[in-house]
Amino acid sequence: MSAPTYDLGQLHGGLRLPAHKTQSTAQAIQVVPIPSQLILPITQHVGDAAQPLVAIGDRVLKGQMIAEAGGTLSAPVHASSSGKVVAIEPWPVARRQGDNAPCVVIECDGKDEAIDVGAPVDYTSQSPEELLALILQGGIVGLGGAVFPTAQKLMQARTCEIDHLLLNGVECESYISCDDMLMREHATEVISGAQILMQALQLDVCFIAVESDKPDAINKLGEALAAVNDPRFVIKQVPTIYPSGGEDQLVQLVTSREVPSGGLPSDVGCLVQNVGTATAIHDWINKGQPLISRVTTVTGDGVNKPMNVRARIGTTIADIVEFTGGYSERAKQLIIGGPMTGNSVTTDRVPVVKATNCILVSSETPSTGPELPCIRCGACAEVCPVQLQPQQLFWYAASDNEVKLREFGLIDCIECGCCDVVCPSHIPLTADFRVAKGRIRELADEKARAARARQRFEARNDRLRQQRIERDTELAEQKESAKTAGPAAIAEILKRKQQEKKDQG
Amino acid sequence: MEFQRREAPYLIPEVSVSSMMLQVLAALVPAAIAHVWFFGPGFIFNLLIATGFAIAAEAVMLSLRKRSPETGLSDYSALVTGALLAFALPSLTPWWVTATGALFAIVVAKHLYGGLGFNIFNPAMAGYVVILVAFPMHLNLWVAPSMGDLDYQHLTILQTLQFTLTGSLPDAISFDAISRATPLDVMKSGLNNARTAAEIRAIPIMGDFGGRGWEWIGNFLAIGGFWLMIRKIIRWQIPVGVGLGLLVPATIMYMIDPGSHASPGFHLFGGATILCAFFIATDPVSAATSPKGRFVYGIGIGLLIYCIRRWGSYADGVAFAVLLMNMAVPAIDYLTRPHIIGHKVRESRHD
Repeated sequence: MSAPTYDLGQLHGGLRLPAHKTQSTAQAIQVVPIPSQLILPITQHVGDAAQPLVAIGDRVLKGQMIAEAGGTLSAPVHASSSGKVVAIEPWPVARRQGDNAPCVVIECDGKDEAIDVGAPVDYTSQSPEELLALILQGGIVGLGGAVFPTAQKLMQARTCEIDHLLLNGVECESYISCDDMLMREHATEVISGAQILMQALQLDVCFIAVESDKPDAINKLGEALAAVNDPRFVIKQVPTIYPSGGEDQLVQLVTSREVPSGGLPSDVGCLVQNVGTATAIHDWINKGQPLISRVTTVTGDGVNKPMNVRARIGTTIADIVEFTGGYSERAKQLIIGGPMTGNSVTTDRVPVVKATNCILVSSETPSTGPELPCIRCGACAEVCPVQLQPQQLFWYAASDNEVKLREFGLIDCIECGCCDVVCPSHIPLTADFRVAKGRIRELADEKARAARARQRFEARNDRLRQQRIERDTELAEQKESAKTAGPAAIAEILKRKQQEKKDQG
Repeated sequence: MEFQRREAPYLIPEVSVSSMMLQVLAALVPAAIAHVWFFGPGFIFNLLIATGFAIAAEAVMLSLRKRSPETGLSDYSALVTGALLAFALPSLTPWWVTATGALFAIVVAKHLYGGLGFNIFNPAMAGYVVILVAFPMHLNLWVAPSMGDLDYQHLTILQTLQFTLTGSLPDAISFDAISRATPLDVMKSGLNNARTAAEIRAIPIMGDFGGRGWEWIGNFLAIGGFWLMIRKIIRWQIPVGVGLGLLVPATIMYMIDPGSHASPGFHLFGGATILCAFFIATDPVSAATSPKGRFVYGIGIGLLIYCIRRWGSYADGVAFAVLLMNMAVPAIDYLTRPHIIGHKVRESRHD
């Protein structure tokens, strides 16, 4: 290993999870062939929905943009192979809320004909602005699972004082090994992508954080660094503790800086990018290939041959598992993501999307028996990486105490699931907190609506009061004038009436 | 293919309340054997009566509160409450005294507050205090410890059972012949009568540290307690806190005036200190929860034990100290919250 290892910060709590990684790292990354059908969700990132650019019946080429970024926080989507658009319709996808999302369905022709993107540019000749505009077009989003559009993340970071890039090679969840395999097989590309990122943000330091249980990846990165001879890179070995790969947790672990509540790593001078994202940037800028495939781990006791595969975005789970060797008879549960934070889905018709880092097929999770009352043992607080007091939050969530929930930092909960795993009463704390967070957001919306309604009501009252005052003063003036000018006016009127009578008569 | 759906996380906990409670019970076994060895079979009768009434009361209360008795009883918490109460009792205790304590612990201290997890007060100690106040005569007299070189008269199993069931001894035996004041009582009344601590310590019943028999039960309780600590059933903060809270003032006072103060070792091994530090104060439901809070809670209990022993009218103060600190738990928990990552300065209480 060529790069030195520096001292690390501390992460509170966390869990040492059973790794279950070796079964999927035994063989090299296998490439899944072109499927007959690609299911491409139009929006595959957090933020504003993308807008489709194709219609049913259109022929599309590999790498062609089929949906463009719509709004300020968005990313485009590209076709992952050539073929014909046969449908644009809701399709089951893996996510926490809602089962279906609008997708473009492409019937592949098997030719894999690519769109001509011209010769790749030399990134060193590009200004940061030009690079960012280019990255936006590549459909690149954070591949660690959060799928935040990368271009916007970089643009936001440019408005802050960033002093280093932090490449996240920490896969702290059990079973997942796609980043490990990517670093082992594509270390040069990882570093090349990081160099582009550093050019885009004019950075001089890059820490590559890798867990200590990935010696192969660390060696390969070290060799690649020696080859490019770039002194700006430092490899940091971090302890294998879940959830040290969370963005804020990694910043704390590597730099000893705390990302402020509700803030971003850029608030403390860090830009965090997943190693997979770095390779995607390399593929796009240096090779002209947008984000149309990714490495994903197929694992668990529900598949016959666990392994890592490179699959086109849009390939269904069914196609991928079939390629790897099919389900075993123990397959009862399909989780997209890891066992701590993944989404459980009911069908394998869901496609691999940019966020899909793991396809975990497992036997049935045994029942934990009835949920008992909280005995306040505090085991949850001991493992909480944010130093929350889940036992108190649980209490306040049960009683809907919004003030206390805010005070005890419910919104700072990262939903890592550690508290659930150590709870002797088997309380689904993370699920409870998710619900409570939703309610707090609803309450805040409701309050805002109520405030607006009150404003309108008060404005109306003011207006009515003003009108009443005006009318009152007007009436008073008329009365007054009638009083002072009274006798003369009456005499005048009488006179006129008499005159009228006289005229008629 | 179709699959089942669940919510994350999918890893299941390896710990459970029932296994924690069973381990607490297991940790009490060596001390229970020592108890029987030194103070006769009465402990077994007390244990059976206390746990029997506790479990029966738990079942009745659960069904009255329309909860499933099977689920409620499967956590074994009532069993632990009964066992801890039995440890606090002299081996010769009439059954109605024990039953009153167990019933009060479960019915009033536990279920009237909402059952497991919601009780403010440690049920075993609440039950103990009620019978201590209601039947002081029965709780202050212990049979003399059985140690080869001490010549005391001992009861047979049948005689013990007869006392437990009827509250009276066979005509031939007087209560005075078999019972002795506890070492803490001896120390307290001795010091009150202007005898020096050294003189009192010379009485054979006082043992090496905290009284014949009692100090051995203490040793076995400590072994069980350390085992629970290794198993991570209890954390170090409360036992260490209780120890420091009691020993620091005891040592200071002893160093200032050894003639009129009991030694720190006597405080540690005498009475129910060890039982309290490892088994009573560590009841998670009624204790503070944050690491710092637990330490403060433990120190508070230790200090109160010292104050009650030194200046109070009761010989031992464990039960009162625990109940008093139970009241302070909400405040301790509130004031010792750890800082939430990302919040540099604690924000104002309400925005």
